[in-house]
Amino acid sequence: MKAFLILEDGTVFEGTSIGSTREVVSEIVFNTSMTGYLEVLTDPSYAGQAVCMTYPLIGNYGITPDMESSRPWPDGFIVRELSRIPSNFRCEGTIQDFLVKHDIPGIAGIDTRALTKILREKGTMNGMITTNENYNFEEIKPKLEAYATGDVVTKVTCDTSSVLKGSGKRVALLDFGAKKNIAKSLNDRGCEVTIYPAHTKAEKILSSNPDGIMLSNGPGDPKDCGPIIDEIKKLYDSDVPIFAICLGHQLMALATGADTHKMKYGHRGGNHPVKDLETGRVYISSQNHGYVVDVDKLDSKVATPAFVNVNDGTNEGLKYTGKNIFTVQFHPEACPGPQDSGYLFDRFINMMGGEQ
Amino acid sequence: MPKRSDIKKVMVIGSGPIVIGQAAEFDYAGTQACRSLKEEGMEVCLVNSNPATIMTDKEIADQVYIEPLTVDVLKQIIIKEKPDSLLPTLGGQAGLNLGMELAESGFLAEQGVKLIGTTAETIFRAEDRQAFKDTMEKLGEPVAASLVVNTVEDGIKFTNTIGYPVVLRPAYTLGGSGGGIAHNQAELVEILTNGLRLSRVHEVLVERCIAGWKEIEYEVMRDAAGNCITVCNMENIDPVGVHTGDSIVVAPSQTLGDKEYQMLRTSALRIIDELGITGGCNVQYALHPESFEYCVIEVNPRVSRSSALASKATGYPIAKVAAKIALGYTLDEIPNAITKKTFASFEPMLDYCVVKIPRLPFDKFITATRKLTTQMKATGEVMSICNNFEGALMKAIRSLEQHVDSLMSYDFCDMTDEELDEALTVVDDRRIYCIAEALRRGVSYEKIHEITKIDIWFIDKIKILVEMEQRLANEELTVELLKEAKRIEFPDNVIAELNGKLTEEQVRKMRYDNGIVAAYKMVDTCAAEFDAMTPYYYSVYGSENEAVQTTGRKKVLVLGSGPIRIGQGVEFDYCSVHATWAFAKEGWETVIVNNNPETVSTDFDIADKLYFEPLTNEDVESIVNLEKPDGAIVQFGGQTAIKLTEHLMKIGVPILGTKAEDVDAAEDRELFDEILEKTQIPRAAGGTVFTAEEAKEVANRLGYPVLVRPSYVLGGQGMQIAFNDEEIEKFMDIINQIAQDHPILVDKYLQGKEIEVDAICDGENILIPGIMEHIERTGIHSGDSISVYPAHTISQDIKDKIVDYTERLAKALHVLGMINIQFIAMDGEVYVIEVNPRSSRTVPYISKVTGIPIVDLAAKAILGHKIKDMGYEPGLQPEADYIAIKMPVFSFEKLRGAEISLGPEMKSTGECLGIAKTFEEALYKAFLGAGVVLPKHKQMIITVKDADKPEALEVAKRFEKLGYTIYATRSTAKYLQEGGVEARWVNKITQESPNVMDLILGHKIDLVIDTPTQGHGDKTRDGFLIRRNAIETGINCITAMDTAVALATSLESATTEYTLVDVAKI
Repeated sequence: MKAFLILEDGTVFEGTSIGSTREVVSEIVFNTSMTGYLEVLTDPSYAGQAVCMTYPLIGNYGITPDMESSRPWPDGFIVRELSRIPSNFRCEGTIQDFLVKHDIPGIAGIDTRALTKILREKGTMNGMITTNENYNFEEIKPKLEAYATGDVVTKVTCDTSSVLKGSGKRVALLDFGAKKNIAKSLNDRGCEVTIYPAHTKAEKILSSNPDGIMLSNGPGDPKDCGPIIDEIKKLYDSDVPIFAICLGHQLMALATGADTHKMKYGHRGGNHPVKDLETGRVYISSQNHGYVVDVDKLDSKVATPAFVNVNDGTNEGLKYTGKNIFTVQFHPEACPGPQDSGYLFDRFINMMGGEQ
Repeated sequence: MPKRSDIKKVMVIGSGPIVIGQAAEFDYAGTQACRSLKEEGMEVCLVNSNPATIMTDKEIADQVYIEPLTVDVLKQIIIKEKPDSLLPTLGGQAGLNLGMELAESGFLAEQGVKLIGTTAETIFRAEDRQAFKDTMEKLGEPVAASLVVNTVEDGIKFTNTIGYPVVLRPAYTLGGSGGGIAHNQAELVEILTNGLRLSRVHEVLVERCIAGWKEIEYEVMRDAAGNCITVCNMENIDPVGVHTGDSIVVAPSQTLGDKEYQMLRTSALRIIDELGITGGCNVQYALHPESFEYCVIEVNPRVSRSSALASKATGYPIAKVAAKIALGYTLDEIPNAITKKTFASFEPMLDYCVVKIPRLPFDKFITATRKLTTQMKATGEVMSICNNFEGALMKAIRSLEQHVDSLMSYDFCDMTDEELDEALTVVDDRRIYCIAEALRRGVSYEKIHEITKIDIWFIDKIKILVEMEQRLANEELTVELLKEAKRIEFPDNVIAELNGKLTEEQVRKMRYDNGIVAAYKMVDTCAAEFDAMTPYYYSVYGSENEAVQTTGRKKVLVLGSGPIRIGQGVEFDYCSVHATWAFAKEGWETVIVNNNPETVSTDFDIADKLYFEPLTNEDVESIVNLEKPDGAIVQFGGQTAIKLTEHLMKIGVPILGTKAEDVDAAEDRELFDEILEKTQIPRAAGGTVFTAEEAKEVANRLGYPVLVRPSYVLGGQGMQIAFNDEEIEKFMDIINQIAQDHPILVDKYLQGKEIEVDAICDGENILIPGIMEHIERTGIHSGDSISVYPAHTISQDIKDKIVDYTERLAKALHVLGMINIQFIAMDGEVYVIEVNPRSSRTVPYISKVTGIPIVDLAAKAILGHKIKDMGYEPGLQPEADYIAIKMPVFSFEKLRGAEISLGPEMKSTGECLGIAKTFEEALYKAFLGAGVVLPKHKQMIITVKDADKPEALEVAKRFEKLGYTIYATRSTAKYLQEGGVEARWVNKITQESPNVMDLILGHKIDLVIDTPTQGHGDKTRDGFLIRRNAIETGINCITAMDTAVALATSLESATTEYTLVDVAKI
């Protein structure tokens, strides 16, 4: 069946429908990872967005147990070519069936490179995936312009808290849409990890006397998370060591008086070089963010940059002055992407006074 | 870290002659690195024995020594040039080993020379078998368990600890004979017992069998600060068991999930970090197809063939960055040359798929076994880029120039199903075609996978191509079907052939009428995330075009020479690159089309635009439609480019330089005879034939022996000397297998001195840089002969005749640009053998030794400049006051079953140079450069045909005087003894031991002189067995008396004090 991707600027790509045939409006972003489409699909940070994979051959190894959450989150999936058959010893099914099962629409067979260039030139924009050949752009346009990701954190966070048993440090993980590998990375290092829903009160978390607090990644505009930011300020005021990733990093910045802004087209992929300003070492990181902390408005009495992106000089991490807190914009938990910055979990454990 | 201040003058070691396993990729890497060093203000001193390379140009380095790559020579150059640093990681294994030897002997320290780019310790830990194993163990990185055993009991005990199956490799047996795979104890006992018996040192390596696992490579980089990145990973379609150089490779990996991908990536980075590599490194893995288990196969702490491929596949210039790292820079300080916005500290992201296919030489060596093993056999490779795998595979296939353009090109139709099943088990270069046939017959994916171990994902892709063949054959060609066929890169001629009703032209018209045209996408290292500046393009169908048609300047299309093969090597890339540079200097915009990832011409900063595309009529036409060049240059790209001439003219592209009809006149027998008649130049009598009957008739009229050869080929492909009717029939049969559309030439064979000339003609005058003469008499292909400049044994009269004939021919053929002529001098007369109105194999060599920039001058002549205005007197240039000798280098030991005796068909893979004040020293250096390092044991075997016996006697006397003990088979021994040589008689192979074979296998023989009788390629004959066994045991083997005489001369004047010539100062 034919499908169309219609962008806010009027560009239309014609391709083939994949997954659900339902119509969807979403924010269109691109990811440059060559492997890890499954981790991308199941990363809750993509809630409210339709993701285009720039690598043209997708689905080659099908669906495997490599899920970063219990379900796929993007509103839509855009690929050049979906593999006709998957091949992998762990393969449990196809992308097509997976998308259908979770009612996620998609489009294949379009010039994903041309789409990427539009997003690069004009910035991230909204779009619609539809199988309706008789669409009317003038009718659609207002819908596209009106679309906003909104409070997607509430949509993706867990309903109740849960515990991953461990004999080491006790970590409270705030789930704003956490990828599984964050909890796993801590748990693998011996930590007992208690996962809390995003709207859990600071008092509740602090009353459990955790050795450290982990703020997770998550979707959407950090400024849409007002109530959460208030709770994070309280966590900041406690003396509990805190490590934050991605959205968690942005929320901590907002909680402590810094500002964030939306980037032109964000960083989504597994090849971004980040420099540790303390050591000068450069690590290749996994990234997925459309917002970034403003460094020029940073108060050095509160926080100073700890990591910087070698490509565009944007902020990639903060160290909080006089506090046992550090936060990063990229994803040390990888999945997908390079595992180079996994050492940051060890650093967090050291911060909590533990041996890994 | 900024640049180190203690590095000012760097010595770079090249990789020497092109041999199988060490080819043009090192010229690419070396050239790029030298330019990178010069960019940083370094003085570069280059040593490489290979004159056909671009890296040995004076534009590339400050001092250039085309000298034998031996420790002694390097020491003398170091003493003379006093570099402060040595960069050994650019010259392949050869360069690395030399660097290591110089460091270990303490010489570098003594001379105050730093090893940069890597440390001796790093090399040792990566290269030494035990040190490598220890390092991997320390890191917890698995390697395939192995143990050397001396008894069957030890073998059983060890195997019980690692599990079956195991591979058994007896030490020091011929070509790995006596080895095998044991799946159980009974097999183990049988093979091991036999292997221990056959092994000279009674040793067998027992190794865990990982054949059939996925073979994956990572190209990684590290700087001195410890920053590490992965440039690219690659997956071999052929599982472990086939050398990666002989495998079809895809980049990036296709069947690995992120877990597998990152697991191996992390492992690779841990390994280079532990080894402390500063620069590029290649790590090869075997990955179990059904688990996360893996083994590290090998680590190469240097640039390699794979790094060249990775550079071209991603646009990340590994050698350039490695050179900067060697100077002290860190990755985040080195700009990304493609985006100019980002830095070298990132990982390229591809939004396309790259396929590499090896170019195997079995069309040249018809007796060689096609089986692919862990011993590399390919001479070169092609790469293609597309946004789908099927398309990339199709483009790569037609880039090979082996008369293949689809998966139907090798025909397995006649086989029964049982035969086909059997054929599937054969691992050779035709395997994918065989799989395609199996799929046509409905053989299941599972069964094919079971037999070949090739991942089902790839099998499905082949099936998609097969389904398209069937649709094209059975359905009407609709616009939709045509679009889909083009998306997966079916060429128009194949579509037409399958359709059966339409011609290729009609298919093309249908495409154009419906707007189905190639679009070009950019290789930008970043999957379009950043705006890129570098016009490096590949074609796709059904997409938006990114390549912009530039206007303003005059534009030239330079057609490259495709994959490196015997007969068309790196020399033609040298010519293409220099032609490009020359046109650029003249203010032209330059566009290169080529498909060889190993070369300098496909580096993205050589021409203004690079199209990485197959060199076929259709693919070039697509580029022409977009670029609309003012002209095309075909005379520098070997036969590959010449073949495109006709089509270029048809589509309205002017051919710059010599006109196509004149090229034809040189190739077409009748037209050429007319020209010779007109210019009154003699040639050997001959005729043009199409059938064996006609050939025999001509041969009998001329009288045997005759030379039989196809027209329009390079490297004398299919050329043979026939001594009787029977041989004519055999050769005609072989020639007709190489899809012959052109007539076959039969000439009287004249045995004389062969002379070669390259000349430039500006339409009025000619310039001959120098005359070369061959050591071997006619009958041996010019590319396989030892070539001497200046010609020192011919009279002035002959020289004058040659100059005169060259001028007459150049003018008669209206040559504008390059011409290459081969002559025979016999009894005071000069005959023409052949004329090639194009650049030749000897151009780089003669350019370097005369200091005359031949390609540059030829390009200028093409553009209308006159020789006189370019600062040269027309005619033969003054001779140099030194002698330069080009020595062919062969790769016979890599090609089991190949006939090594020399003849009219070219067999060498590369060349080296010997340059000195005297002929004798030049000859000695040339042999040394070719790896003939004698004497060792001072024992040799002579067995020659009757006609050669008088000459053999003279040669034997000279070797005897050099202290050699000479063994000979009965008739030769008798003849030598009668002539006063104390030859020892030895039994023939068929006679009882000890016989000549025992002598060879005893590893105490330096040299075999064996001149073959007629009847080539009969694998059972004594001579063939002697030659093959000699080669496989590493014995120098000479098959022409002239070569033997030259070697004697060289050894008589052996020296350890060399005259070192800085070629950059010529």
